[in-house]
Amino acid sequence: MNVGVLYSRIRRDEKLLLSELRDRGHEVTKIDVRKERFGVHDAPAAFEDVDIVVDRCLATSRSRYVTRFVDAYGIPVVNDPETAAICADKARNSLVLAEAGVPTPATEVTFTKESAMESIEEFGYPCVLKPVIGSWGRLMAKIDSRDAAEAILEHKETLGHYEHKVFYIQEFVEKPGRDIRVVTTDGEPVAAMARASDHWLTNAARGAETEQIEITGEMAALVERASDAVGGGLLGVDLMETGDSYTVHEVNHTVEFKALNDVSDVDVPATVVDWLEATVQGVEVTA
Amino acid sequence: MWVRYGVAGTMTNDTISAEDPITGDEIQIPADVEVGEIIDSPVTGTELEVVAVDPIALEEAPELEEDWGE
Repeated sequence: MNVGVLYSRIRRDEKLLLSELRDRGHEVTKIDVRKERFGVHDAPAAFEDVDIVVDRCLATSRSRYVTRFVDAYGIPVVNDPETAAICADKARNSLVLAEAGVPTPATEVTFTKESAMESIEEFGYPCVLKPVIGSWGRLMAKIDSRDAAEAILEHKETLGHYEHKVFYIQEFVEKPGRDIRVVTTDGEPVAAMARASDHWLTNAARGAETEQIEITGEMAALVERASDAVGGGLLGVDLMETGDSYTVHEVNHTVEFKALNDVSDVDVPATVVDWLEATVQGVEVTA
Repeated sequence: MWVRYGVAGTMTNDTISAEDPITGDEIQIPADVEVGEIIDSPVTGTELEVVAVDPIALEEAPELEEDWGE
């Protein structure tokens, strides 16, 4: 098959994926989205011979738009543009998880700093304020006091892009110094790791230490529901342990898997390519 | 076994020469680099983007933007 890979930066994740595809004899069409012009009627020439497109855009804004265009051109794209739109926006992400009955932290969205303060006071301290668009734990605030809340809200309202005036406020979940990342393909768990840090943020991109963990039946069932809630595809489902169960705090749509691949017994890029091959076969059968 | 993210790599031992676009120094980079890949300059530590491989050409990589991530 010919796999189009949308990118603007080749990280080690993309390199692992490209190597696996080429090792299996697949053609790879690397498409640097910074250089393309996406018409509403016709696809750029780069898409001419691809059987499937894999979105590996580093920039969420590009990912959201380009997947829409590729879908409109009638080319299968993973992940689906609606999945990208949901996962790119923390408010939509939380909303679909809640709608699907997937355990997720209590969350409120407000549009003024006054209503945000009401929400924060009701959650109590600490609570968490996150940007609705963003990743790698950037601009997330654990709010420990009313003084801190007032300062952060004023900064966001004054300095931020309009999206920073959408205040996404969440209960603080007392996790055991770690959270869990499960990579899934259409709800099927590929592998999982715990990400541990002394800091309240446990993103691997922020230097958390990672360790493979076993996927329990409860985790598998939960990540399948979380995947279904956002429309499936290749995803990174993030869980926190709550003592006797789990809560899903977010689902990521352009999932980074190099850290997981480093610690896991599972060959993650090989499993992802297995899934891509099956996805293309499924498209051909139904076409 | 806990692993610190970013330490383990799959880099080969083969290297090729390239010009650091900032300092003009000749630097050694992995021979299997791809267009679009980011490498750290061994001279300044600056992120450099591979913009061509035949012949090899590097540029200073774009700064991190707010919507980057997963």
